[in-house]
Amino acid sequence: MNGLWTAGAILLAGLAVVITLWRTSRTRNDFLTHEQRITFETLHTAWSAAPPLRAGLVPDAAKKSAKHLRTLLGTPALALTDETEVVAWEGEGEHHAADAMDLAREVFATGRTRAFDITCGSPDCPVHSAVLAPLTVEGRVVGVLAAYSREPSAGLVRATNEVARWASGQLELAELDRSRTRLVEAEVRALRAQISPHFIYNSLSAIASYVRTDPEKARTLLLDFADFTRYSFRRAGDFTTLSEELKSIDQYLALERARFGERLKVTLQIAPEVLPVTVPFLCLQPLVENAVRHGMEGKVGPGHITIQAADAGEEAHITIEDDGIGMDPEALRRTLAGQVGETAGIGLGNIDERLRRCYGDDYGLVVETAEGLGTKISVRVPKYQAGVHA
Amino acid sequence: MSSSYGIIAVVVVAVGTVLVGTYGLRISRTTSDFFVASRTVSPWWNASAIGGEYLSAASFVGIAGLIFAHGPDMLWFPVGYTAGYLVLLALVAAPLRRSGAYTLPDFAEARFGSPAVRAVASVIALGIGWLYLLPQLQGAGLTLHTLTGAPDWVGALVVAVVVTANVIAGGMRSITFVQAFQYWLKLTAIAVPVVFLVVAWQAHGARDLTGPEFPVFPRETTVSFDTNTSVRVEQAVAFRGDGVVDGSEVDGPAEFGPGEHTIAAGSRLVFPEGAPVPHVASIPFNTNASWALPLRGGDDFPLYAVYSLIIATFLGTMGLPHVIVRFYTNPNGRAARRTTLIVLGLLGIFYLMPPIYGALGRLYTPELLMTGDTDAVVLVLPSRMVDGVGGQLLGALVAGGAFAAFLSTSSGLMVSLAGVLSRDVLKFRGIRGFRVSTVLAVLVPLGMTWLVGKVPVADMVGLAFAVAASSLCPLLVLGIWSTRITTAGAVAGMLAGGVPALVAGLVTISAGGGNVFLARPAAWTVPLGFIVMYVVSLLTPRKVPPGVNHVMVRLHAPENLGLRSQDRL
Repeated sequence: MNGLWTAGAILLAGLAVVITLWRTSRTRNDFLTHEQRITFETLHTAWSAAPPLRAGLVPDAAKKSAKHLRTLLGTPALALTDETEVVAWEGEGEHHAADAMDLAREVFATGRTRAFDITCGSPDCPVHSAVLAPLTVEGRVVGVLAAYSREPSAGLVRATNEVARWASGQLELAELDRSRTRLVEAEVRALRAQISPHFIYNSLSAIASYVRTDPEKARTLLLDFADFTRYSFRRAGDFTTLSEELKSIDQYLALERARFGERLKVTLQIAPEVLPVTVPFLCLQPLVENAVRHGMEGKVGPGHITIQAADAGEEAHITIEDDGIGMDPEALRRTLAGQVGETAGIGLGNIDERLRRCYGDDYGLVVETAEGLGTKISVRVPKYQAGVHA
Repeated sequence: MSSSYGIIAVVVVAVGTVLVGTYGLRISRTTSDFFVASRTVSPWWNASAIGGEYLSAASFVGIAGLIFAHGPDMLWFPVGYTAGYLVLLALVAAPLRRSGAYTLPDFAEARFGSPAVRAVASVIALGIGWLYLLPQLQGAGLTLHTLTGAPDWVGALVVAVVVTANVIAGGMRSITFVQAFQYWLKLTAIAVPVVFLVVAWQAHGARDLTGPEFPVFPRETTVSFDTNTSVRVEQAVAFRGDGVVDGSEVDGPAEFGPGEHTIAAGSRLVFPEGAPVPHVASIPFNTNASWALPLRGGDDFPLYAVYSLIIATFLGTMGLPHVIVRFYTNPNGRAARRTTLIVLGLLGIFYLMPPIYGALGRLYTPELLMTGDTDAVVLVLPSRMVDGVGGQLLGALVAGGAFAAFLSTSSGLMVSLAGVLSRDVLKFRGIRGFRVSTVLAVLVPLGMTWLVGKVPVADMVGLAFAVAASSLCPLLVLGIWSTRITTAGAVAGMLAGGVPALVAGLVTISAGGGNVFLARPAAWTVPLGFIVMYVVSLLTPRKVPPGVNHVMVRLHAPENLGLRSQDRL
């Protein structure tokens, strides 16, 4: 039975340590002076309200932010509305929520903060007066912040006004987030439609040249062309598997081989373990297209392209290398920073941006290049990332 | 034991592992001008690789040792190690693959979308990994000790250094080809000697394995003691000795009467042919006939111990960090199921072998019952039963196979552990983070080998299974099959099952055995984990993660239904 006692004692001791740590972590702001604590608490409450506000004026998130905003103003009740309805009511006297939009209409019309008196039949209801302040995004009123209190006061009007202005700032950031997402989505759509006209023309003429001499090959190439365009033009899904992406690359290379013949030399080294890895749609094919363009451009001899995919524990490492004319690193840096248009490469900036958005800033493109010395592009993709599914 | 062949085999395996780790990458990558999409890892390769990573020290030396000492109850170890894949196949394999998770913490995040669940799952996975790594290092110590007489820590250190260097250098990173080869190497190393052993047993007259007598020394035998040992004697036995017995100096003929005796470290006792073998105190004294009956293994509650073992091994397999990562290599859920089915077959064949070693050990190496080094039975038996160079070579084959088992399982575990450490605990990613984590991942169990008593390696692995079965099994099974599990329930269930099992395991290991409720905790910790997870979930219905139905469709709908985005044009 000795072991049983030891085990019990260890469990109890562990529990005690956890409880002590938890308690000390709760009481640590005893070290602050009174003013510091007030500043800390105000900023902390404001900070807590910020993330839900960044999601916009939608019911779930608004409910969370309203809770913190009410703490900030110290009123018995607080409401948030969008342009049509009350999205969150926090605190007592919820039966007044029905009238809130009537009051808000005036704020929407004038765009200015206003105080109202409220009559209420119920004797316990703490709501006798309301201060409504507009929430504005880019000069347009998109919602109203309503603070309800027992009696009207000039201080509450000013405070509500300031909180509404701060919240408006957060909503503007939310709007900014949304437009950034829209921009990237638009870029992906553009990228999909961006099978270059030259590529189509070159492929079709190469196929045409085989129609008489080698009809069987012409047929295979046409099927490759069909599959390749089908994949590139597909509508749904931001992600695909590495296996699918490589299949499309293979079709693309078959078409380029028909055009360049023996001059285009390709080596593929693919670890079979990484084929099921999920990758952003069209994140590699443009890089290969880039490599073919740079590798074959302006030279007579053969161009070499190496595509590698290796297993590295939690990540897959993919590199695409050519021995062509290379790029100017300075120009490339500007492209990746989004300062100039797509001069240095097809969609490099877009791919970099998408990788970073999916996997975080550690996972951008790594390009090793110099003029005349070829280009090597490395992509790292984690095998699992929350929210990323093929 | 003169063992230059064995040492050569161990060195060959260690060097081979390093070389394959360095150059294996080139072999494993298919180099071609054209990409062939069907070149995914086939279920056969993948299953062999899982077998190669899974068959550890416990399987290779531990099971035979336990059967040798405690009898047929211990057959539940190989049965459970295999049947765990049946449960995995039926309940977990395909949905887990469809979730897209690479590690168990990934699954926790994919299913619950909560950092807290992920964090708890990571810490528990880390604990299981360390508990599993420890017996690998111990097994390696035992092997080198048996071969060369070196202290136990030498072998542990050798394995730790070889594996760490290899993993840091980038080798052995779950390369399917290498791990698949390991399975066939291990199967050869354990199966080929069995053929010779059975033939030798027949040639010696096929003595009855389950006769009515106590195990006896088959020939005049010298037994050396490295530690102070306490033995029990049922029938008086005469011996010649040189050392300290029962506190007094012995030099020359003497006799043990029935009862308890102590033998000091450094003693060498010589027993005549046919003398009954004294047993170390932790092993029950059975005649060969009663040894062959179930529930005579010497536990206080034998039926409880057996059921606990069954629960731990059947449900624990799915929670082992190095097994789960291999499922990612399957292209889809269907392939994951096929792989698991093949694994069942491969493991089934392998596990036929160790019991034969255990049973023959009763006849040919009974002195191990006296020293307590029962795990060495697989290593000692071949050279004992087959005379001359042949026996030495067979012994070398077994030693090499055992070392391969330690190396491959350890490196699989180390890669998984280092991944969890760098990503979830240290938050230090990238190649440097991985290297730091690798060193940390090996230092902890290496340090623990000094604190550990003489616990059989299979028992210790059993404890790792018990922790996995009590914490991660509820998470996987309930997470996959119930929509009502909440984040609070998942965390509470994992802690309620996992922490008691872990503490019980650590106490057992540091005390070197003891209470059966601590040494085999699964029968009470597993239900605890399941019940707490379900009940707390029912009590906190508001914490059901958002989008649970969406996740469930993804986990359970077959890929070819066309519900996935990629199938639509």
